[in-house]
Amino acid sequence: MKRKDFRAPKLGALLQQLWRGDGGKGDRIVPPTGFTAQLTLFSAAAMAFLAVFALALALATGRLADRWSSELAGSVTVRVSAPSGEQSALTDQVVEILRTTPGVGQPELLDDTQVADLLTPWFGPDMPVDALPVPSLIELPVTSRDFDAEGLRLRLEAEAPGAILDDHTQWRRPLVSAANRLRVLGIVSLLLIAAASAAMITLAAKAALAANGQVIRVLRLIGARDITIATAFVRRFTHRAAIGAAAGTVLGLLAIAALPNMDAAGGFLTGLGFQGFGWLLPLLIPAVAAAVGFFATRWAALKMLGAVR
Amino acid sequence: MQDVGFGYRGGPALLTNMTLSLQPGMFHFLTGPSGAGKTTLLRMLYADLLPSTGTITAFGADISSLGRDDIAHLRRRIGVVHQDTQFLDHLPVAENVAMPLTVSGQGVEIEALRDLLGWVQLAPQARALPPSLSGGERQRAALARAVILSPDLIIADEPTGNLDWDMSMRLMQLLIELNKSGKAVLVATHDLNLIRAIKAQVAARVLRIAGGTLQLAGSDL
Repeated sequence: MKRKDFRAPKLGALLQQLWRGDGGKGDRIVPPTGFTAQLTLFSAAAMAFLAVFALALALATGRLADRWSSELAGSVTVRVSAPSGEQSALTDQVVEILRTTPGVGQPELLDDTQVADLLTPWFGPDMPVDALPVPSLIELPVTSRDFDAEGLRLRLEAEAPGAILDDHTQWRRPLVSAANRLRVLGIVSLLLIAAASAAMITLAAKAALAANGQVIRVLRLIGARDITIATAFVRRFTHRAAIGAAAGTVLGLLAIAALPNMDAAGGFLTGLGFQGFGWLLPLLIPAVAAAVGFFATRWAALKMLGAVR
Repeated sequence: MQDVGFGYRGGPALLTNMTLSLQPGMFHFLTGPSGAGKTTLLRMLYADLLPSTGTITAFGADISSLGRDDIAHLRRRIGVVHQDTQFLDHLPVAENVAMPLTVSGQGVEIEALRDLLGWVQLAPQARALPPSLSGGERQRAALARAVILSPDLIIADEPTGNLDWDMSMRLMQLLIELNKSGKAVLVATHDLNLIRAIKAQVAARVLRIAGGTLQLAGSDL
């Protein structure tokens, strides 16, 4: 038996029908589908809730990586170690070298109090710093791209042995790397959430379509075009996905807003959430969910219609 | 249809060398024993099945070459009363009857719909759901749905199969009215008494499927 190949309705026509609407007449041709309706609403809401957090994580880790990178790259430290009698002279010599180094600001020799503050986390507040062979620490702000860390390191080696330049690379690299990986993790989470949402909506749509196989057949027999039937299902699931996602997004935003104050939380939590226009980004989630619902249902509907003459 | 044959996939030929022409204003009966292929023949006419061999031309187009949208448009010109009266059970009778208008994007005129329901004597059941209708009411609702787009051809597959004699005659009277208004009508039935009764009222040709072929029935009909 010959059979005309099934050809899917054009995407533009489907979108047009979806947008234009028909006063609800088209929707009524599909029976109410309570279970799949609730499943779609719940899935979309749950996924949108998770998507808000994944988005917040991606944005926060991005900011964190930028901040760590810029803060640690904004200065270098020179450590001066010498026998007790030569410490002061060598330190002065190093400061002079640093003053003539291009691309840097005024070098600042940390006094005993500042050094003690740095050591307090390790030795406690009562430790007499004077009694320790602590090197002199000089903080040098980097002011321009002319600064050549490797050149300065070589010069110090030649002119002031015992002075060691620390440009924080050792610290910065793993921190920035960790932050960047967290950002990637957030983006991957968003993609996984979108894929899982598409899978769930597709399953719900397929269940609804399978349950309405007889309805689809009747509609075809009385002269309904594929686009008319597909639109009824696509509209229903697109609306549900958007409404569920909107609810989940609102709940997610409320939960983010209810996180502890940034300053009070400190540490890793610092900056987790949205800032400025970043608060508008989650508003895209319902739109993306609607798009996912649209394409997932369209695919399922057209597959089903292809099996009905 | 010209030299049409049909066999289900993997099976022997069920129908062979069938030639038939349905012209406006003609009334045909299609008869034959159960399983002879009456429903199969009707399904080919509204492109629910495609012939294995031969050609079916409807309104100037070979139905084997029609796209899916073209098939939808073809079905709007052919009103079908199915053997198992298929409805959308979640919608009331009135909406079911008006459904061909809805899916074809045409507005429903309430007054015309009311008249149509009155014509098939279903006005009181307009808001009822299909599962609550009796067999006769379902058949009449199916007929109303089949004619709401004013099709050129009306096909009825065993429309009186589950009805008593009086109800069968009432339904057939409606088909005769449609035929007298110029519509081509094709009724499949195995009820020979019904055929004889209707032939007394309208000039009808009786076709019989026997041995997989289509024949003009004998003088007994």
